[in-house]
Amino acid sequence: MTGITSLTDKDRIFTNLYGFQGADLKSSQARGDWDNTAGLMKIGQDEIIEVVKASGLRGRGGAGFPTGMKWSFMPKAPTAGRPNFLVINADESEPGSCKDREILRHDPHKLVEGALIAGFAMRARAGYIYVRGEFIVETEALRKAVAEAYDAGLLGKNAAGSGYDFDLFVHRGAGAYICGEETAMLESLEGKKGLPRLKPPFPAGAGLYGCPTTVNNVESIAVVPTILRRGAAWFASFGREKNEGTKLFQISGHVNCPCVVEEAMSIPFRELIDKHAGGIRGGWDNLLAVIPGGSSVPLVPAEQIMDAPMDFDGLKDLGSGLGTAAVIVMDKSTDIVRAISRISYFYKHESCGQCTPCREGTGWMWRTMERLREGDAQVSTIDKLYDVTKQIEGHTICALGDAAAWPIQGLIKHFRPELERRIAERQGDVREAAE
Amino acid sequence: MPRVTVDGVEIEVPQGATVLQACELAGKEIPRFCYHERLSIAGNCRMCLVEVAPGPPKPQASCALPAAEGQTIRTDTPMVKKAREGVMEFLLINHPLDCPICDQGGECDLQDQAIAYGRGHSRFEENKRAVDDKYFGPIVKTAMTRCIQCTRCARFADEVAGTPEIGMLYRGEDAQITTYLEKAFHSELAGNLVDLCPVGALLSKPYSFEARPWELRKVPGIDVMDAVGTNIRMDVRQRQVMRILPRINDAVNEEWAHDKTRHHVDALVRGRLDRPWVREKGKLREASWSEALDVFAKQFKKAGKKVAAIAGDLLDAETMYAAKALLAGAGSKLLEGRQTGLDYDVTSLAAVRFNTPLAELENADVVLLVGSNPRWEAPLANTRVRKAVRRGAKVFAIGPDVDLTYKVEWLGNDLSLIGKLPKAAADAIKAAKKPVMIVGPGALGAGALGAALAASGAFMRDGWNGFNVLHIAAARMASLMLGYAQKGGIADIEKAKPELVILLGADEAAADRFKGAYKVYVGHHGDAGAANADLVLPGAAYAEKHGTYVNIEGRVQRGERAAFAPGDAREDWTIFRALSDLIGKPLPFDRFDQLRAAMIAEVPELGHEGIIDMPWAPPKLDAKASGPVAYPLKDFYLTNAICRASPTMRRCSEELVQGREYLEAAE
Repeated sequence: MTGITSLTDKDRIFTNLYGFQGADLKSSQARGDWDNTAGLMKIGQDEIIEVVKASGLRGRGGAGFPTGMKWSFMPKAPTAGRPNFLVINADESEPGSCKDREILRHDPHKLVEGALIAGFAMRARAGYIYVRGEFIVETEALRKAVAEAYDAGLLGKNAAGSGYDFDLFVHRGAGAYICGEETAMLESLEGKKGLPRLKPPFPAGAGLYGCPTTVNNVESIAVVPTILRRGAAWFASFGREKNEGTKLFQISGHVNCPCVVEEAMSIPFRELIDKHAGGIRGGWDNLLAVIPGGSSVPLVPAEQIMDAPMDFDGLKDLGSGLGTAAVIVMDKSTDIVRAISRISYFYKHESCGQCTPCREGTGWMWRTMERLREGDAQVSTIDKLYDVTKQIEGHTICALGDAAAWPIQGLIKHFRPELERRIAERQGDVREAAE
Repeated sequence: MPRVTVDGVEIEVPQGATVLQACELAGKEIPRFCYHERLSIAGNCRMCLVEVAPGPPKPQASCALPAAEGQTIRTDTPMVKKAREGVMEFLLINHPLDCPICDQGGECDLQDQAIAYGRGHSRFEENKRAVDDKYFGPIVKTAMTRCIQCTRCARFADEVAGTPEIGMLYRGEDAQITTYLEKAFHSELAGNLVDLCPVGALLSKPYSFEARPWELRKVPGIDVMDAVGTNIRMDVRQRQVMRILPRINDAVNEEWAHDKTRHHVDALVRGRLDRPWVREKGKLREASWSEALDVFAKQFKKAGKKVAAIAGDLLDAETMYAAKALLAGAGSKLLEGRQTGLDYDVTSLAAVRFNTPLAELENADVVLLVGSNPRWEAPLANTRVRKAVRRGAKVFAIGPDVDLTYKVEWLGNDLSLIGKLPKAAADAIKAAKKPVMIVGPGALGAGALGAALAASGAFMRDGWNGFNVLHIAAARMASLMLGYAQKGGIADIEKAKPELVILLGADEAAADRFKGAYKVYVGHHGDAGAANADLVLPGAAYAEKHGTYVNIEGRVQRGERAAFAPGDAREDWTIFRALSDLIGKPLPFDRFDQLRAAMIAEVPELGHEGIIDMPWAPPKLDAKASGPVAYPLKDFYLTNAICRASPTMRRCSEELVQGREYLEAAE
């Protein structure tokens, strides 16, 4: 990889990621938050959107949709009866993902300030932060930050002296993974069961309470103030083209030092692991496979991932995805079939049950995976399972069906010999009676 | 009007149409489970997938996708076929496939579509899911393992019935449809759930294991349980009507029917009068037809001109006409149909009918209910009002506070309010484009027709007549057209001191009326009227005769004979025809078509199906009205002789009206 250098401390956005300093307003201000926010907003709403567009920021929640473009879909002249809303997705539930948690715990003011600026840019009357139900300490920290901001006049009427009125509400979820899907989140915010909505209409047309709404990830919003302060060009100087910026990587699994770290996009996998995670447990030869973007993306086998750039397009080329950059490293001690089967169980458990392929298919896939784990199947079962994943993928209302199908597709694509070995082994054990 | 191409055929579709509707317009069948024309779009079954360009390179749910200019829709590609097969496979893996013991068998959407769009074999090797059955009340039986979670039932309960008591519990493959706390579904429209359910999860409890759809003869009829004139289909096996389903008629009942319409059917073979009875020494004894008719003829001749006929609530026009002709032969015009003593003015029929067409009712923007509980008096008019409310209409009401399934502003229970409405209501009516007043039987009983007519001017717009009277007797409009109305109501008849009174299925008149007169009951059920009579002649229920009915709107509709009356019972008009021979003044009709022709000759309006044109010329009546009103229906499920004989209706009454708990035995 050329031109991709690892991030230096001076370029880190999340300077209190590890909580070595306080999360309160004063400490945050000492780190540069809320510094001349009104001045940042003075450049104008459309101009802020242009800066975000120019920075190349792509949504940090997994899909990687350009954030500035998303904001530009919002109506430019909302009415009092039909205001715009900003909803911030802090329902971080993807297995492996734990970046928003750190922001909420240790740097909540970055998010609150980002919410004001983003809300201003998209002409939102109010913002709602939907926090994962299990995040109790995080909700407390966030609520405290919001309260501090209100007390300091940074939110509410004439927020931060900008002349713009913006309210921010913190809402706790009840622990359903599906409520991280943007339209299910809107349903849940409205007090209904978290079932994803049909699209179209998209939230920018009819979202929360039927009003135009943008749903953004915590990280996407939290980086916005720094982008405005340091300029789009600065942010865009990291990473490859169309994959610009810095990113919180969450490294878990069989590495020596699992961690959450802010790095430049497109950093090669090997460098990321060696520099921040202390290398693979047992050395690089012991690496089996990596799930590079949280449980819903296909795994990538060791030889393909080792020197791959960690960004949206680089991982897409490998048949996987950056997702939330939740890097799950698995060494050769891993029962890879069991690992994927466990992921299948997760999706079976979290399927909302609204639409047919996902409701019926996730359970079928998990049960088949369990049988493949023990080799209690035929070779044709593998093809059947693959066909079932294809019957789910792209046939559902939301992306949970895809997310459930992809890990299994990745397993079959890269580890079919392992599946066949288990089947053969088990069949060898069982002697058929002569007829 | 967007133009789209469906499988190579270019068509123009209405603005706002979905891709599914576009495909149907192009003559393509799109399989579906969750989609229903009269419910909101859920888009969750994924059966209606089609390929749409431009769009993402994956199949789209056509039910939820708006048809847009220039779209190319394909319903016949391998991708679509594979998608349908895939969804069908998913639906079937956890479906029990117990079709041979399922009541839905033969009329099951899943069965039909599995044949048309399924693969024909299963690849599923795991255990199937089982789901506990839920309690839905006396009308709906459940077999929830068969449920495919289409949520039509939940949407119907929320949107049409207005009793949001059905929903989905849990999630993923554990998702289950249930009623709130597993209590009975408190709606008079529960039977529609059975029709809506595309599989055998929600079944008709009274009809359990009674018949198979292919054994049934289907006969079109008109419902007589209320005055809306619901179009029904009677499913008949041999001599018995096994069940009643609604026919689609957007002008009247859309495709709904209430539970009384559907489930009084078990009473058509219970409590029936199947032979004549003569009272002797205070007790009724069985008699032969010849004896009974001789007694009838003797009494008829003896009475001379002093004969009266009281029409019941369930009668067809032909029966009433035949009785009228019989009395005319004797020189009597003592006819009355309002058994409970109502005596409103009937000089103008337009002043006592439902002038707003039912289908237009849902477009109303302000509704004023005067002494009316439409939820019980005409449930399918109530669904229209509810629809209007969902579209933003405001409802004001005068009368005792009841739950009508939508928001109502109760102005108070005092009829004097008609003349001096509170300002908010008066202003709303004034500003409304399509205001509607519904005068219920409670108001008619309290003598408020004049006051309502006096206030009716506020409900008139150009091309819009918002003055409506809601009757509860199916026979009412036809009886008024045939002259079954005295100025003073039934009291006038009593004053005339008739010596012979023919009760034509009249069971609601007070028992102490007509003391001293000889009472002949001609009807089908052994109810109050028969118990009170001196001579009982078994007639035919509505399902056992052809008949013309006029609903509240003044809509002439015809029903057909589905079965024959039981035992020795005869169609009512043949009884009068036979009697007319015995008294020596034969009626001029020997066949039913001659009777109908004679009736039409006298009242030509009855000859054309459809709404009768009635000029709006309200009479000037006493506009004073005051005091409270009471709704005449005390129990929705027990309003006439037929439903009082029905075990299902009694059970509904006990459970849903009186609130008695029923415990189901474990199977």
